[in-house]
Amino acid sequence: MSEAREFKYIGQSTIRPDGFDKVTGRANYGADLSLPGMIWGKILRSPHAHAIIKRLDTSRAEAFPGVLAVATHSDFPSVTDQAIESGEGSLTLLDLARNVLAKDKVLYHGHAIVAIAAKTSAIAEQALALIDIEYEVLKPVMDVREAMAAGAPILHPDMFTQGLAEKPTTASNVATRLEYKMGDIEAGFKDADVVVEREFYTPTAHQGYIEPHACTVRFEKDGQSMIWCSTQGHFDVRASTAKLLAMDLGKLKVIASEIGGGFGGKTTVYLEPVALILSRKSGRPVKMIMDRDEVFKATGPGSATRSWVKIGARKDGTITAMQGRLAYEAGAFKGSPVMMGCMTAFTPYAVSNMYIEGFDVVVNKAKVAAYRAPGAPQAEFAVEMLVNELAVKLDRDPIDLRLQNAAQEGTQTIYGPKFKRVGLVECLEAARDSKHYQQALAANQGRGVAAGFWFNVGGQSSVHINMNPDGTGTIVEGSPDIGGSRASMQMMAAEAMGIEPGRLKPIIGDTENVAFSAGTGGSRTTFATGMAVIEAAEDVVAQMKQRAASMWNVTAEQVEWVDGVALNTAGEDRLSLAEICAGADRTGGQISGRGNINARGAGPSFAVHLCDVEVDKDTGKVDVVRYTAVQDAGKAIHPKYVEGQYQGGAVQGIGWALNEEYIYSADGLLENAGFLDYRIPVASDLPMIDAIIVEVPNNFHPYGVRGVGESGIIPPLAAVGYAVENAIGVPVTDLPLSPPRVFNLIQGKG
Amino acid sequence: MAKLHITTSINGEATEFLCEPHETLLDVLRNDLQMTGTKEGCGSGDCGACSVTVDGRLTCACLVLGVEAAGREIGTIEGIGSSDKLSVIQEKFLEHAALQCGICTPGLVVSTQALLEQNPNPTEAEARYFLAGNLCRCTGYDKIIRAVLDAAATMRGAA
Amino acid sequence: MARVTFSSTQQQFTVDAECEVDAGNYRELIAAITSRYPALDRAELLQMAVAIDGEIIHEPLLELVDSDSEIHFFHFIAGG
Repeated sequence: MSEAREFKYIGQSTIRPDGFDKVTGRANYGADLSLPGMIWGKILRSPHAHAIIKRLDTSRAEAFPGVLAVATHSDFPSVTDQAIESGEGSLTLLDLARNVLAKDKVLYHGHAIVAIAAKTSAIAEQALALIDIEYEVLKPVMDVREAMAAGAPILHPDMFTQGLAEKPTTASNVATRLEYKMGDIEAGFKDADVVVEREFYTPTAHQGYIEPHACTVRFEKDGQSMIWCSTQGHFDVRASTAKLLAMDLGKLKVIASEIGGGFGGKTTVYLEPVALILSRKSGRPVKMIMDRDEVFKATGPGSATRSWVKIGARKDGTITAMQGRLAYEAGAFKGSPVMMGCMTAFTPYAVSNMYIEGFDVVVNKAKVAAYRAPGAPQAEFAVEMLVNELAVKLDRDPIDLRLQNAAQEGTQTIYGPKFKRVGLVECLEAARDSKHYQQALAANQGRGVAAGFWFNVGGQSSVHINMNPDGTGTIVEGSPDIGGSRASMQMMAAEAMGIEPGRLKPIIGDTENVAFSAGTGGSRTTFATGMAVIEAAEDVVAQMKQRAASMWNVTAEQVEWVDGVALNTAGEDRLSLAEICAGADRTGGQISGRGNINARGAGPSFAVHLCDVEVDKDTGKVDVVRYTAVQDAGKAIHPKYVEGQYQGGAVQGIGWALNEEYIYSADGLLENAGFLDYRIPVASDLPMIDAIIVEVPNNFHPYGVRGVGESGIIPPLAAVGYAVENAIGVPVTDLPLSPPRVFNLIQGKG
Repeated sequence: MAKLHITTSINGEATEFLCEPHETLLDVLRNDLQMTGTKEGCGSGDCGACSVTVDGRLTCACLVLGVEAAGREIGTIEGIGSSDKLSVIQEKFLEHAALQCGICTPGLVVSTQALLEQNPNPTEAEARYFLAGNLCRCTGYDKIIRAVLDAAATMRGAA
Repeated sequence: MARVTFSSTQQQFTVDAECEVDAGNYRELIAAITSRYPALDRAELLQMAVAIDGEIIHEPLLELVDSDSEIHFFHFIAGG
């Protein structure tokens, strides 16, 4: 389907079509819509990590002047328990309802309990203080070890561990146990000359998007409702909200605003169903915006994890066995990405004997949501640290050792399928040959290498392309644009139609004017929505050829389409796209092309990162002095935006490795719910991030595209972690490597 | 509490508004004046998304009260570039793909303009430290810094 | 015969890690598997993702199955 070919428009870094709006402040994000008569919603949140709600009386709040509506969990119609796809795997409807507004029990600091809508947000805040509520405070459980220990406080009396050989009779905080295996793990270790093993810890970390969750909603008396919100998937918002509120999908219009970052954290709902209840009860449009501390406390960070990994290899460098046990925090309700951790951990390696066990564990923290390649960074951190240790023990170059054992086309994965063509070897070679890798290290510096794998997904995307009489057109697609993807849609359509990209305007439709499209996430947009765009563009071309044929009185097969022009192969005639459009109302009406697909054949993207750090031994401060991110894009439609994904993912990973963590008090209260103390990387923390695009085409996509959004966050944890280990000569087990932790490691107190 | 009547100048244009004493300048811009180009990321001065200038001084609008705008000159993103032409800084941001989601971009454009007014020839380190108060989660800052240095060079060349 | 590999959670119900099935399309495959392993829930099975000859397919109901196809079941992968 795609050999190395010359493209006319693909592969250039065009100016994005929404660029003007973005650099002038004209673009409208979640908090930017106001409606006449609009009122403001605010939420009362739990001050305790784990408590029973003994008494709740909202009457004083309801009577406060300016308050127009109050909502609690009892405002959800009785719903049946069904798994819903809200972008993070199955999350039961009851769990979602209880997370959005607590029922009987609060399960984390910040858990939403009551919502109030009032004429101003100040009045709503004042009214929150008038809610009478009594708690019976319970002991919180704050990490997997505690949660899994005998006698631990139980969050859910109806939770019985799934996946055990014998069905348990006592309730547990372990929701699920999984295992994956291949070959004979014991034989694999017997065959090994060298064995390395270690336990690791990664902290709760937040996606850190700069835009808080926000929505403006309107519920009308005839049942027609509208939600304007910042989301990665407006069809998912519609599905979740309609299920929670027992509404028909056709009566709920969801408009995706521009989105100020998501990274997986905006694939579920928090405010939207609540705002809709308040709007229904007050008869007014309602705006709700999360404060920054609410974002940290009560949205869905990425799982904290404890893992154990063991790897065995022969003297000649062949890895013979890989084994692991991963315990992931799901937060207050079940559903951590431990399954994906298990599926990705060993997957960069062609090893015959693998065994991995995973545990999904509830704790009194916010329910986790997807965070960029969910589950993979934490697991790969452990594996890549050990592969680096193995390289040292075998006296081998760490890239060379990986090349010897690298997954390739035909490699069997632990979760079943064998790989088609993949680009890990090419990425390793590019890393090895990079300028970075040739640089010598200076004093107090260390280097780390790490690889990472993400499946990437396909899924449903719908596009239509509507042509205008002057030959311009609109591409209507349904994937909220988090990172500039609409520029790529414009280019892919232009390539397929043979016209200048600037003639086509890409827009993101709402749930009523574009057909169903799965959310933006899973690195699917350029791949799957791109495929739908190409299909719609090819549909336009086919219709153009038909019109030309009818005008020349030949068959469509006798018409060739070259560079946006129809050529009559049986004669001399030619018609440009614009000319065909100009005459379209006389040949059957203006042309509209369609592509509604469930994309398959998503190609995995492998990434390899190099990190050099310098450690100040007196303070434990770690500086990243050099960083290179190599990743396989299949075919980079817009190279600068592809580089941007690599760089952005790398820096989130650097933050996770060096400084980001949720800090809790002894009572389970979140102490650093703000950007001052939840310290993400700032401009002065970093050097330039070298991004190297490798292109091993994915033959399932017409232009060879592989999704790139997620793999880039997987290698940095070990690339940075091992660089520190290399610099200080002390094994690293726990993240983040903040100055106090590094200082203690150096001092031997780690 | 009764609202206060404030007279100010925003992007060179005389403006009046009514606000409550507790409202921040950010609240006033976004909610009372419908100037939503200035974004709220944190409300506590930690992210820089609400960067504006007050009498030419780079400030977080969430850390200034609306009433403090009285008699002052406020500069926002809406005042950068003109209705038919982007500023050099804005063009360079687009050329270098220095934005992905774009939420931090208005704040960064305002801050970059303040930087280059103070220091038309910043080093990479100077640019990074000056802009350290503008958080970006998408780009990793690489292309932002390239855009800033290129804008600086272009503006020096044109001067 | 198509060779089917079960996910780790399914193996609790099937005991077998793999089986061979005679089927021309996906519906026949499901029918054959659920009759051989009655403990497997048909509704849940239809919700799972499947890889057919290495290609991950989220909506396999219309898929044809070859005599030497390799089928792997697993739960939907979700991204972020």
